[in-house]
Amino acid sequence: MPDLSFTDDVASAGEKAVVDEVLAVAGTAVIFETDRLIRAGLARRNERRDLLLPALHALQKESGWISPGGLNYACDQLQVPPAEGYGVASFYELFRMEEPEHEGDVVHVCIDAACQVAGNEELAQRLEAEGNHVHRGPCLGQCERAPAVFIQGLRKPDSVPADADNPLAFHQQGDPSLRLLHRLGVVDPTSLGSYLENGGYKALAKAVEMGADAVIAAVRDSGLSGRGGAAFPTGIKWRGVADETGRPRHVVANCDESEPGTFKDRILMENDPFSVIESLIIAGLATGAERGWIYIRGEYPLATERLQNAIDQSRQSGYLGDDVIRSGKRFDIEIRRGAGAYICGEETALFNSLEGFRGEPRNKPPFPTTHGLFGEPTSINNPETLVNVLDIVVRGADVYRETGTERSPGTKLFCVSGHVANTGIYEVPFGTTLGELIDLAGGATGEIQAVLMGGAAGSFVGPDAMDLPLTLEATREAGTTLGSGVVMVFDTSVNMTEIVVRITEFFRGESCGQCVPCRVGVVRQHETVVELTQKGTLEPVKAQLIDDMAMAMADASICGLGHTAAGALQSALRLGLIGGSQ
Amino acid sequence: MTVADKTVSGTKVSITIDGQPVEVDQGQTILDGCRSAGVDTPTICYADNLTPVNVCRVCVVEVDGNRTLVPSCSRPAEEGMVVHTDSDRVRHSRKMVLEFLGSGVDLSQATEIGPWMDHYGADTARYGESPEGMNETVKIQDDLYIRDYDKCVLCYKCVEACGDDAQHTFAIAVAGRGFDARISTEFDVELPESACVYCGNCIGVCPTGALQFKSEFDMREAANWRPEEHTVTTTVCSYCGVGCNLELHVQDDTIVKVTSPADHSVTSGHLCVKGRFGWQYVQPPTRR
Repeated sequence: MPDLSFTDDVASAGEKAVVDEVLAVAGTAVIFETDRLIRAGLARRNERRDLLLPALHALQKESGWISPGGLNYACDQLQVPPAEGYGVASFYELFRMEEPEHEGDVVHVCIDAACQVAGNEELAQRLEAEGNHVHRGPCLGQCERAPAVFIQGLRKPDSVPADADNPLAFHQQGDPSLRLLHRLGVVDPTSLGSYLENGGYKALAKAVEMGADAVIAAVRDSGLSGRGGAAFPTGIKWRGVADETGRPRHVVANCDESEPGTFKDRILMENDPFSVIESLIIAGLATGAERGWIYIRGEYPLATERLQNAIDQSRQSGYLGDDVIRSGKRFDIEIRRGAGAYICGEETALFNSLEGFRGEPRNKPPFPTTHGLFGEPTSINNPETLVNVLDIVVRGADVYRETGTERSPGTKLFCVSGHVANTGIYEVPFGTTLGELIDLAGGATGEIQAVLMGGAAGSFVGPDAMDLPLTLEATREAGTTLGSGVVMVFDTSVNMTEIVVRITEFFRGESCGQCVPCRVGVVRQHETVVELTQKGTLEPVKAQLIDDMAMAMADASICGLGHTAAGALQSALRLGLIGGSQ
Repeated sequence: MTVADKTVSGTKVSITIDGQPVEVDQGQTILDGCRSAGVDTPTICYADNLTPVNVCRVCVVEVDGNRTLVPSCSRPAEEGMVVHTDSDRVRHSRKMVLEFLGSGVDLSQATEIGPWMDHYGADTARYGESPEGMNETVKIQDDLYIRDYDKCVLCYKCVEACGDDAQHTFAIAVAGRGFDARISTEFDVELPESACVYCGNCIGVCPTGALQFKSEFDMREAANWRPEEHTVTTTVCSYCGVGCNLELHVQDDTIVKVTSPADHSVTSGHLCVKGRFGWQYVQPPTRR
């Protein structure tokens, strides 16, 4: 390894040990010089670089920051240039690049919308008064139990206090119409036996019997589309990957839900983890991928633990491995934790992050179905989308389509938060109206001022939108979006200006910084909104500027973050929630 | 990697640019098509001797059937593509990109960007009195070159030239995120402590003067930089047998900086420390 240059900083024994532990799982992570000559032409820099993120997690946990010596050691072991390693580490919210002045855990308190209206600042101050080191940061994905807290442990596992004592925020238990959540609160999420008793792995057996092409045809005929916001037809995606024969292929579960207001995948993964594993296996067998990956938010320790347990138990019983339930097909799954970056929910940013690069989105085309993870054909779906497949395989596409509407078949999970009686996750058929959904959640607790649809990347609707049918087509026509299923209710007590300012600040913090329209646009947008709140009115030239910036971000940004960064603000202005009518 | 790598010779693709039929080689980009059609297109992060990273988005064009604008520098031309380079949407996005950059970055020495700002009517004044900028101080860590990140547009060119596209030294990378992203060594250590080998290829590709020969920087500080008087003499580097072409930029009978032509078959515009900086012996103080 003669050609990488390092500073003189040396890792501590503890740091070396934890990095070695990460790399041990991969055997020799680096192919050394002699091997390289034999295997000429293989790019050294890409060999197991995907272990960089796990190594950084290990360093952060061991020392409370990424020390220069620790970074040097990880980079040396993985043969990653240290400047690039620093570029990767400094990309993420959960990694500190300066030695902390405090000793111990970091207590993260969410500062996004649902927590803003639930007393997050009071909580943060109380925690500080109790002697904790508090970090105020973006959405932690626990909006149903706001204000949210996540504890980043020093030399101990990360944790979420609410996991210990909060009841499951699920109020539809026993409802026979549930297609995705029927096992929630019924099944023991830590037990394969309990999963089998509750109908688990029946879909996999049937999928093997049907064969890959028939499974993909059923998914296509069902009309299932991606539930992360983009609504791309899942069957077309799977067909595309399956057709890339002769190349290694991947399936990825995008468990990086980070859209403020979104927590559905977390509740699903925590309470029915085997269903996510089963559906990912089906995706793998259908597309011909032998490797499955789960990329999950770093802020979801319980879901991570339960998915890992589900993988381990499933492997022991032959559902994963070299011969999946004697089908002759090989398939296995690895979990990777994100480290605090909203942008890594964007599929190509996720690939880069998993591969050990900065989580910057790639330009498309080419699309993941031909050039995905490691440049190889990849199908990437979120847990909600995947779990739909179980129902489609077991009951068939025709029966699946009996629910929902022609263009939005099936059911949809909604994350209902804010000012409703029973916040939580709800599964309803597409076509249910917004008002019906809010009623299902026990109704609003006050007079509704606005509802945020689809999260920060979505838009606000007013109290007159209660008859809006929750379908892809109807929301699009109404100029709003279902997005990832966020329905956040604000009553008239809320100062919407504060909410909107924070949304613009959120994008400012979460833009990856790669392309100019987004990197600068989100900052100028935030500055303009702050100025508006100080002056109290929106001057015409500034209104024009907001529109001009929005159009450029939507037209010229690389990815969906920039494309949607102005939506909530513009809708708030249209509805008069901010900007002069105060 | 050079532009030639991506073309498949022999196979042609027909596209339409602003109503004009254009034929390009399979694998060539929309930008290649624009150039062969004589359609002038602004670029910042693109260079012929680097892999396109399509981050500045100033070269965007409208392609029928695409929801968003597409970066012409990296989108391969496809048969039948209908491209618009001067539609309202294109002009708007180009103007906004230039305004955004001008609102937070010192573009005073970005000689290629200025005319485009005029062309598209970029109005940086409308962002108020004090839009947030880069807020960096000039890094002067040796006698060879300076880094003034107040002038940095994050075009990634220096990172590419330091890395895969030329030098394979990987001394710098983009660090941080969003508006706080900066070009940096690990933990921002000074260049002599980093992997930097002082090839100066980052200077060679920098479009804004953020990376600059110390000689040029000092003369600008002394208000003594007069590029209009420069003579440029092409010669061959005398240090080894590779045969790199050097362009000696001379002011007042003194070499003030050295470049190499981007289209030179040996260098593709890139040099090593000897060719780039090893000319002081020509003009030591003792010989003057």
